[in-house]
Amino acid sequence: MKILALDTSTEACSAALLMDGYVIEEFALTPREHTQMILPMVQHVLSQGGVALHQLDGIAFARGPGAFTGLRIAAGVTQGLALGANLPVMPVSSLAALAHGVWRVHGAEKILTALDARMHEVYWGAWHVLGEGNVQAEDAGECVLAPASAQVPHTADWFAAGSGWSAYADTLLPRFAAVLRAVDHELLPRAHDVALIAAHQVMQHGWLPAAQAQPMYLRDNVADKPKPKVAVRP
Amino acid sequence: MIVLGIETSCDETACALYSSERGLIGDRVLTQAIHAEYGGVVPELASRDHVRHLLPMVDGLLRDSGVAREDIGGVAYTAGPGLLGALLVGSAFGAGLAFALGVSAIEVHHMEGHVLAPMLDDASIKPPFVALLVSGGHTMLVAVPEIGRYEVLGESLDDAVGEVFDKVAKQMGLGYPGGAALAKLAESGRAPTHAGAQAGVPPFPRPMTDRPGLEFSFSGLKTRAMQILRQVEAGESPEQGRADVARALQEAMVDTLVIKCVRALEQVGMRNVVVAGGVGANLYLRERLSATLEQRGGRAYFPRQAFCTDNAAMIAYAGWLRLNAGQGALVSSFAARARWPLDQLSPLA
Repeated sequence: MKILALDTSTEACSAALLMDGYVIEEFALTPREHTQMILPMVQHVLSQGGVALHQLDGIAFARGPGAFTGLRIAAGVTQGLALGANLPVMPVSSLAALAHGVWRVHGAEKILTALDARMHEVYWGAWHVLGEGNVQAEDAGECVLAPASAQVPHTADWFAAGSGWSAYADTLLPRFAAVLRAVDHELLPRAHDVALIAAHQVMQHGWLPAAQAQPMYLRDNVADKPKPKVAVRP
Repeated sequence: MIVLGIETSCDETACALYSSERGLIGDRVLTQAIHAEYGGVVPELASRDHVRHLLPMVDGLLRDSGVAREDIGGVAYTAGPGLLGALLVGSAFGAGLAFALGVSAIEVHHMEGHVLAPMLDDASIKPPFVALLVSGGHTMLVAVPEIGRYEVLGESLDDAVGEVFDKVAKQMGLGYPGGAALAKLAESGRAPTHAGAQAGVPPFPRPMTDRPGLEFSFSGLKTRAMQILRQVEAGESPEQGRADVARALQEAMVDTLVIKCVRALEQVGMRNVVVAGGVGANLYLRERLSATLEQRGGRAYFPRQAFCTDNAAMIAYAGWLRLNAGQGALVSSFAARARWPLDQLSPLA
């Protein structure tokens, strides 16, 4: 299977090409330069792999949670590429990608991901990595919550990953210390993992049409409606 | 060459196809409904709506127009000015599409699109002319000696014309955006008079027309309208009073615009005015400006009603002009600019 994968969900920017088992990746820490970097990265991995866009099976992207604008850059570029090259798409959780990265780098199988969501909240998820590309969500799956509300697991030996673990260390670490084996708060979601997870998801459920390249924000209360005027009875 | 135009700078999601041979092939506009209940455009919600609707819209336009994606020879997208997050949806999509098709992309200035919109229906319109840009976000007089060269002559120092109409309309309970409803209401208003409340409201001032210059200021006029509105609403016939205020406001605003247009023409030695932007749909403005310019041996040009407000036909057309002139490039990076001064554009040739 040949998959192009994009991630612009955090301050990192990456593109990866999965080529029947091996992965070519371009990755950079580029806050606010995603629009400059992402297409040259795509160009680079495609030429490294020696394939044209239309020869791919489909395009995967990190659909969130993460920075709203970044999510829409990946979704927008994916939509444009998919429409232009007549390809299907596969949205992948950025938290699942982060968990898969932990599995790939540290060998851990049980991962608690927390990305700083600002506004005193984290994007939270508990994951089991069962094998390459196979990431299962624990319990309720992903959510956005106050660090104090994050559920402490009943089992031990969890690996903590993501910026939330440093941003809210004071709240999270005392509560989770007993069940954690290690913390890596610098690891970020990467297109490499997005590609591998997408390949697994495609095997299970098949591709999706390009229009379904949509962000998953998790936070949906983004604006306050004006307060209705209360009618005063005479 | 067929150019796909994409517009997502504010709360309209739009796409259009413009061809060298056939002119405007087709266009689609979706005005986002979600903002009405917030009383104004919420940028994050606008961005979310764009990314949901843009691809199905482009897909549908291609299908219904019988244009295959391989027939697209260039992609034009609005790169600014506007809401940054909203713009980024169109530019990411447009850049991705151009990249995949291996065709050139061109960044279009939203206001240049508006200036050129009347040419979609009337190819005889040629510079030099003065452009009057009037919308919810802009009030601007621009000298256009040639396409691509824009010299800003004057702008609003505070509220834009459309903003004043919308805000007063909102206060009248006409909803948001209510500028068009206010113009409708003005039709049943009585002529302003100094004789007192019995025969309509007193005339409103024509701000900054008593001194030289091409700047506008409408916030004082808005405040005045709001004051009188409160008075008539507390009076015996609030309905008629509201209509009277609508009429007096519209007359004062349009009068001010017409006076400044004539002044701008005199300053730069031109005869014709091209009107662009949402307020260009205002019939009273169309009548008054046309009549005044005809007396001076000139003409006022307006886009068709549908192309006064944000649309992608004007973006496709502006992009087509520039791509035809050899501008644009194969995509590597893409950009969106919340601010982008109109006078920084380059001429076509």
